[in-house]
Parts: sequence; C-alpha cells; structure tokens
Amino acid sequence: MTSLIIILLSAILVNNFILAKFLGICPFLGVSKQVETAVGMGAAVTFVMGLASAITYVVQYAILVPFHMEYMQTIAFILVIAALVQFVEMVIQKTSPSLYQALGVYLPLITTNCAVLGVAIINISAGYNFIETIFNGVGGALGFTLAIVLFAGIRERMVTSPIPKSLDGFPIALVSACLMAISFLGFQGLL
Amino acid sequence: MNFGKNLFNGIIPENPTFRLVLGTCPTLAVTTAAINGVGMGLSTTLVLIGSNVVISALRKVIPDKIRIPAFVVIIASFVTIVGMLMKAYTPDLDKALGIYIPLIVVNCIILARAEAFAFTNTVADSFADGLGMGLGFTLALTVMGSVRELLGAGSIFGTVILGGGFEPALMMILPPGAFLAYGLLMGLLNKVSESK
Repeated sequence: MTSLIIILLSAILVNNFILAKFLGICPFLGVSKQVETAVGMGAAVTFVMGLASAITYVVQYAILVPFHMEYMQTIAFILVIAALVQFVEMVIQKTSPSLYQALGVYLPLITTNCAVLGVAIINISAGYNFIETIFNGVGGALGFTLAIVLFAGIRERMVTSPIPKSLDGFPIALVSACLMAISFLGFQGLL
Repeated sequence: MNFGKNLFNGIIPENPTFRLVLGTCPTLAVTTAAINGVGMGLSTTLVLIGSNVVISALRKVIPDKIRIPAFVVIIASFVTIVGMLMKAYTPDLDKALGIYIPLIVVNCIILARAEAFAFTNTVADSFADGLGMGLGFTLALTVMGSVRELLGAGSIFGTVILGGGFEPALMMILPPGAFLAYGLLMGLLNKVSESK
C-alpha cells in the first residue's frame, strides 16, 4: 500500500508530467487561458490516461509479449489511444450531452497529447504491475490537471499586467512556467 | 525555384519551434545538451521527410474521413524504423533521448505538416517542406541545447568554453531552465524581427 501512495504522490508532485517530464506541453500552453477550460481539459485527460494505462498494459502483456512483437509497441499503443479517445467521445456524447458540450474540441485533441502515450510507455519500461500502472496513470493525469489549472489562474491575471510587446503571449507564459517549475522542484525532497 | 522556397520556408520564416510553436515537448525535454538537440532534430527530420513523402504520394488514395488515423499509422511506422536504427547505430544517443524517441509519433509538427502541406501538395514539394521544417527544428533545438549547456555546464558539444571563474548555473539544465531559455529566446527573436 505504501508503495502505491509513493507512486501516486511522485507522479502528481515530484515527477510532475508537465513541469518535470515535459509531456503534454501543447495543451498546457494552448488550453490554459481560462481556469474553466483548463479544468475541463484536466478532467478529460485524467479519464483517458487512466483508461489508456489499463488498456495498453493488457495489450502489452496479452498480445505483444506472447507473440514477440514488442517492436510494434509504438504503433499498437497509438492506435489503441486513438480508438479509445474516439470511443470515449461517442460514449460521452450518448450518455451526457452536457459534459460533451463542455469538453467540445478538447476531446479529439487528447490523441496527440504526448502525456497519454508517454504514461503508457513509462508504465511498461518501469515494469509496473497492473495496479501500479493504474495508480501511475491516474496520478500523472492529476498532476497534469493540477499544473494546468494553476497555470491558467496565473495567465488569467497576466492578461491585465503590463508586459513588453516582444514577450507578450507564449514567451511570458514560458517564463512563468519556469517559475512554477522552480517551485515544484521544492517537492523533490518529499519522497 | 519552388523547391528552394519550400525548403527555406521551414528554416526561418515559419520555423516550427519559434514561429509556429509546434513540437514543444521535445524542444523542452531533450535540450539539456547541444548534442541531444542535434540528435533529436535529425531523427525528427528523417521521420518528417518519410511521412511527408509517403502521405503526399498516397494523398489521392487515402479517403478524407479516415485521413488522421492513416497519417498516424504512417508516422508511427517511420518512428519505429528510426528508433530501431538509433538503437543499433547510436546506442548512447538512444539512451540519452530515451522515451522521447517513441514520442516523436505525437510530435505535433509531423501531423501538422501532413495535414497542412503534404496532403495537398506534390511529392517533391512535400519532400522539400519536410526537409526544411526538419532542419528548422534541428536548428532551433541545437540553439536551445547550446545555450542551456553553455550556461548550465560551461561547455558546448562537450567542449569546455567557459572555464575557470565561471560558476555553472545548474538550474539551466534542470527543467525550469528549459522553460526560461525557450521563453527568452522566443522573446529575443520577436524583438529582433520587430526592429527590422
């Protein structure tokens, strides 16, 4: 049990997917202008990353390893993730149209979120078992959500600040991400 | 003429890293040293050329509705090939880049060029576009890697430049340094193009 909590905390705080591993930077910069959309994106990613971790684990150990096709990992995983995102989109559309409306365009974009493929590959290369895989997937996604929501809060404030013209937009966003990353370095001593 | 224009376009005017802000994950992650930047840039270039050429050759065959899954499969095949080649011939670089090699699949530059350029242009033009974009990406990554290595370790490509009294700022090769270097370089570039 302790080891599971360590995996979870490490994925959320110490090895934060965005600020320490640089996975999922595109949505981090693209969908972080408002706190509300950032929360929606975080929720969708958490859902997909948890499911993707579980399914890619099964694909790896039930299909690729028995047939000695580990070299097909990249292709197999990206197809599984693309199909999964499509499937999740259809299910949400049927069961909860209001949630579907709220997530809107962010759902299909999750396919090209490197955090999803990244967590699947990390799970396999770290040799986690099934339960640890799910904890790492969900923890990583929660860390992603935490970072993107905090960052959106900062950017909402930045709109009203006087910023030099050449730094406006992405450059200043990256510099503030740097400051966030420094503060997250403080969690390093936690575990 | 067209070939040269398409080639040059990706290197400076539409530099994928600093102008289009695509492919940010590898840009930030692997640029702890100049050599890693070059390695990542060149392997992405290979994938980009391959996928651009194949997608533009098949553009009349691939149905419009399932083009994205088709693109992803083509890109993933090239990434697998490049990954295997690197494991066999440059094992050190393969170790340094680690998980970011399979992650070339989800590098938005490649999918963006497939969708925005290769799917509607001829094979020769797509080849030039892939090469130009790839070189632009490589250039940007090398600059990032050099700056971070110089400030964080006092060297470029492993050669000591700032020796003696220089105290390396370790932060530059830690994650925060990546964000800082990227943001400031982009701002600098904006400043330069503004004053022109």
